[in-house]
Amino acid sequence: MACVLETPLRMSVLSEVTASSRHYVDRLFDPDPQKVLQGVMLLYLLQQETSSTELRTECAVVLGSLAMGTENNVKSLLDCHIIPILLQGLLSPELKFIEACLRCLRTIFTSPVTPEELLYTDAAVIPHLMALLSRSRYTQEYICQIFSHCCKLRHWHSCGFKSSPQPLLCANGPDHQTILFNHGAVQNIAHLLSSTSYKVRMQALKCFSVLAFENPQVSMTLVNVLVDGELLPQIFVKMLQRDKPIEMQLTSAKCLTYMCRAGAIRTDDNYIVLKTLPALVRMCSKERLLEERVEGAETLAYLIETDVELQRIASITDHLISMLSDYFKYPSSVSAITDIKRLDHDLKHAHELRQAAFKLYASLGANDEDIRKKIIETENMMDRIVNGLSESSIKVRLSAVRCLHSLSRSVQQLRTSFQDHAVWKPLMKVLQNAPDEVLVVASSTLCNLLLEFSPSKEPILESGAIELLCSLTQSENLALRVNGIWALMNMAFQAEQKIKADILRGLSTEQLFQLLSDSDVNVLMKTLGLLRNLLSTRPHIDQIMSTHGKQIMQAVTLILEGEHNIEVKEQTLCILANIADGTTAKELIMTNDDILQKIKYYMSHSNAKLQLAAMFCISNLIWNEEEGSQERQDKLRDIGIVDILHKLSQSSDPNLCDKAKTALQQYLA
Amino acid sequence: MADPGAGSWDGGLPCPPEEQELSQRLRRLYPAVNQAETPLPRSWSPKDKYNYIGLSQGNLRVHYKGHGKNHKDAASVRATHPIPAACGIYYFEVKIVSKGRDGYMGIGLSAQGVNMNRLPGWDKHSYGYHGDDGHSFCSSGTGQPYGPTFTTGDVIGCCVNLINNTCFYTKNGHSLGIAFTDLPSNLYPTVGLQTPGEIVDANFGQQPFVFDIEDYMREWRAKIQSTIKRFPVGDRLGEWQTMLQNMVSSYLVHHGYCSTATAFARVTDTTIQEEQISIKNRQRIQKLVLAGRVGEAIEATQQLYPGLLEHNPNLLFTLKCRQFVEMVNGTDSEVRCFSARSPKSQDSYPASPSLSPRHGSTNSHIHSAGVDSPSCSNGVTSTKSKQSHSKYPALTSSSSSSSSSSPSSVNYSESNSTDSTKSQQHSSTSNQETSDSEMEMEAEHYPNGVLENSTRIMNGTYKQEEILQTDESSMEDSCPQRQLCGGNHAATERMIQFGRELQTLSEQLCREYGKNTMHKKMLQVGLCLQPELAHSRSRMPSACWPTRTPGTAPWGSSWIQFRGSLCALLSTVLYWSLRTCQSSPR
Repeated sequence: MACVLETPLRMSVLSEVTASSRHYVDRLFDPDPQKVLQGVMLLYLLQQETSSTELRTECAVVLGSLAMGTENNVKSLLDCHIIPILLQGLLSPELKFIEACLRCLRTIFTSPVTPEELLYTDAAVIPHLMALLSRSRYTQEYICQIFSHCCKLRHWHSCGFKSSPQPLLCANGPDHQTILFNHGAVQNIAHLLSSTSYKVRMQALKCFSVLAFENPQVSMTLVNVLVDGELLPQIFVKMLQRDKPIEMQLTSAKCLTYMCRAGAIRTDDNYIVLKTLPALVRMCSKERLLEERVEGAETLAYLIETDVELQRIASITDHLISMLSDYFKYPSSVSAITDIKRLDHDLKHAHELRQAAFKLYASLGANDEDIRKKIIETENMMDRIVNGLSESSIKVRLSAVRCLHSLSRSVQQLRTSFQDHAVWKPLMKVLQNAPDEVLVVASSTLCNLLLEFSPSKEPILESGAIELLCSLTQSENLALRVNGIWALMNMAFQAEQKIKADILRGLSTEQLFQLLSDSDVNVLMKTLGLLRNLLSTRPHIDQIMSTHGKQIMQAVTLILEGEHNIEVKEQTLCILANIADGTTAKELIMTNDDILQKIKYYMSHSNAKLQLAAMFCISNLIWNEEEGSQERQDKLRDIGIVDILHKLSQSSDPNLCDKAKTALQQYLA
Repeated sequence: MADPGAGSWDGGLPCPPEEQELSQRLRRLYPAVNQAETPLPRSWSPKDKYNYIGLSQGNLRVHYKGHGKNHKDAASVRATHPIPAACGIYYFEVKIVSKGRDGYMGIGLSAQGVNMNRLPGWDKHSYGYHGDDGHSFCSSGTGQPYGPTFTTGDVIGCCVNLINNTCFYTKNGHSLGIAFTDLPSNLYPTVGLQTPGEIVDANFGQQPFVFDIEDYMREWRAKIQSTIKRFPVGDRLGEWQTMLQNMVSSYLVHHGYCSTATAFARVTDTTIQEEQISIKNRQRIQKLVLAGRVGEAIEATQQLYPGLLEHNPNLLFTLKCRQFVEMVNGTDSEVRCFSARSPKSQDSYPASPSLSPRHGSTNSHIHSAGVDSPSCSNGVTSTKSKQSHSKYPALTSSSSSSSSSSPSSVNYSESNSTDSTKSQQHSSTSNQETSDSEMEMEAEHYPNGVLENSTRIMNGTYKQEEILQTDESSMEDSCPQRQLCGGNHAATERMIQFGRELQTLSEQLCREYGKNTMHKKMLQVGLCLQPELAHSRSRMPSACWPTRTPGTAPWGSSWIQFRGSLCALLSTVLYWSLRTCQSSPR
């Protein structure tokens, strides 16, 4: 214990040394157990209520310095259970000691290796931190910083987008937001925005940006909070002013963006249209740091993602579209030769810059054809996308696909630039063994490339797309199933016999029925759509029905009997109508009394769409010029179809009325 | 911050509330602008527009009243005043009230004198953003893709950043990005229309702007402040002092303030590189140029700096052009000797720069030229000088630059313009154009070839008849009393002779060094200075009279500005000839 007595002096020396010398800090966690012991000793001293406050404070300071070292340092400290010990320290009456503990906690929680959960394990911690917020500007700064790091949604930008049908929400995110919200975070932190300390204002602002993200409850509350007689959105807008520090402009733009996306501020509000959006565009300019440009572009992409008017405004603001093409010019050729440090910096951000630019292009071109055209006309745009599709960074690949998806909504581009650059090639490559996240967007892009007017359709088929899409329909991931079957549906539209046969073979009847009983209505609809597309033109109908007739009729019966919405039933009746158009296939209906009764039932259904669809079946069955029409007409008369036709010919619905009259004429002839 | 001059200017008469609001807003936006000296644009000019333009609603609404058949029917209007440089950042907005038949509307900027029968952007020193295609036109008939199109109901803003000489537009409050760079100074807000029914309203500050221009201004203020703060400062204070002393000393020597420079050197314990006599020589030549006696200045230069002009044929040509101009207005000694009214006054050579009050006389001479006084521009008398000073004593003393104890050739041109502006405002209430010299500013560019490319567009684009017409009317209006060569016939003969020589020299230079549009331009400027020449043109051999650049209207004080700039040019050449080759001529 002799050395402990000396500690006050040695501690302060040590804390200075540790702060300035990373090397020394790292050595403290040497594999040599003797040295690790020093850290444990500090923790022990810190816990001792009998130690003097000065000593305990110094211990916390030194531990804070240690935490500033490598990630391994933080891990070692976490292994020593430093967090509960420091949280315990917060109960001390001594402000200096509390501040030291908070500073150390801040450092630990801002490290990526620290699990956020550790802040929430003890329910008493959050209320106590809220209470400490009033103690000093340092407690305010550190606590806000801890909060904003401990309810972060990791990779928010990849889950925030609506274009991926299944948002991969981080399980902890909303919980943390709610916990903090329920403990009065909004009220406690709001007044810090008017603090005299810049650091406090900044950390409070960051806190709000994290709290508001994808959280309507918090966002709706924020809109009405008053600070010094001003509403919070007004305060955020003031922080957007161009002479404010960039960090502050960017963070307040994030707050307003999140509040807008959470539905608390309208997208046509001047705060968004005239303040937030232009500020974010400015963040994308060449004058900003690379990090700022990345964050600015990502936030802007999120802001405008679902609103076409904001997309239009952004597209004309400050030449944004051409400004974004600068994002692809890193590392610049100059930096490689002249400045190694700069090259390193450029390389580090090059991926981030590219993925951010792709993301923003995707949002810009999501809805407006003119904007898409402008994007594609940007220098080397298609080449950049094609390159992006095969980059090693998954983030870049994902956003390149997203961008391609957005642009693939244009009929004209599908026919021109997409074909010129053979984008289907790298796209097919992306689809091989990609993670689901990428697959979802890539496969829905593929859907568009398989539309019947797309010239890429042929080569995609030849490169084995059917197999790939069929395997997608077996995915656990709902979005992938939808996209897979959707693409197959597009592929089957007006396709030749061979392709249809390939699809049926690739899919297998079992899988087809599996999909028809899928719990998701989207999957069901697209599968029916696929069937309908398969069952078109007479030879195809007869061919398919001769091999799969029994199962298909079974499935149709099942769906018509089941609890499904109108669209599903309509689609199913349309399939029946197609079957009735076949030559031999007709018999499958005529010999199935159950089906005939169902058709009769739907002819008198309350919904005109279903009536019309059922009528198509009847028309096809009784059409005069075809072989055996007489027998079919007689049989249908027997089950009372003609009576219904007479009734329908009096219908007020002109479509139905016409159709019924035409059908009756077949009987007269 | 509010400038007292601006305050008194605004508060002179009781104004309607909207005027007050405008004045308030302008003062807030442009606190550094002295509106008494450089008024801000407040409306479109009823004088500076094409016939097809109609103005209403306090000259803020512009409508098209021509046929609108094709681009030859385009028409523009400029604001009453150019954008003062002191604005730093200037902004105005235009609301499209109606796009009319085709919506061929252009919003932008142009220098004074640019043809008004065109849309902004089509000509040199003219810049525009057009509604029909969204293109920007930078002194060219073909536009560049710039922004979206605009039409009825849109508000288009135009921001001129005089700090970095760029311009960007806004549409309905959204910045569209930089449209033009390297803008010249003294541009006027301009709009152009081309088809019937087109109506636009200007907002020079009468109403709040849709775009948040104040936020943009804040950014630039912060930017500049941080630049100043971050400016690296040398460790030792002494370095700063030496640098400042050198700066002051070289300035004084350059401009030939011999006694001041000596005194300064004595006080600061430094030495002057150049010898006194040499400074005085340069000063003498400068004064000759400023007095308009360019012929003598050329002689003196050839005598004191043998070989210098031979090595600088362009400079010699520039000087000779000026000499020609001075001959035309009767100032140069070659023609002055013919005039009975103004004998050659040898004694006006300043024997020593310490006799500084002499400058006062030159000053008043310029003064009289600035105001539209009769043409005895060389008849400088001291009484006149006293008169003009006693007439507006307060003004003269308040003018920061024209303190009578230390006159200088630089102050000279400054004080001239200040005085003339002020006296005009005192003498007449009519809102007379005080500085219609914008076109001359081009001529101020030194003929070192920088401008050669950019001037080409102007030449030969217009039919001579058209120009003649407009010239005559405007010239007769503004200056009926001025006479060619002081009215002396012999002098006129000599001048014509000289003009021919000049033309020959130009052709010779052209053969030796290739075509120089700057020279051509100088000849043109020399020509169009004189109202009488337009009439006498028929009597002259046509080769002497190149086509006049349309729209140039160089009257009044502009002559003197040209002298000033020529003087500075010559002085700079002499100064550097000394510094580079050590064999300084005595």
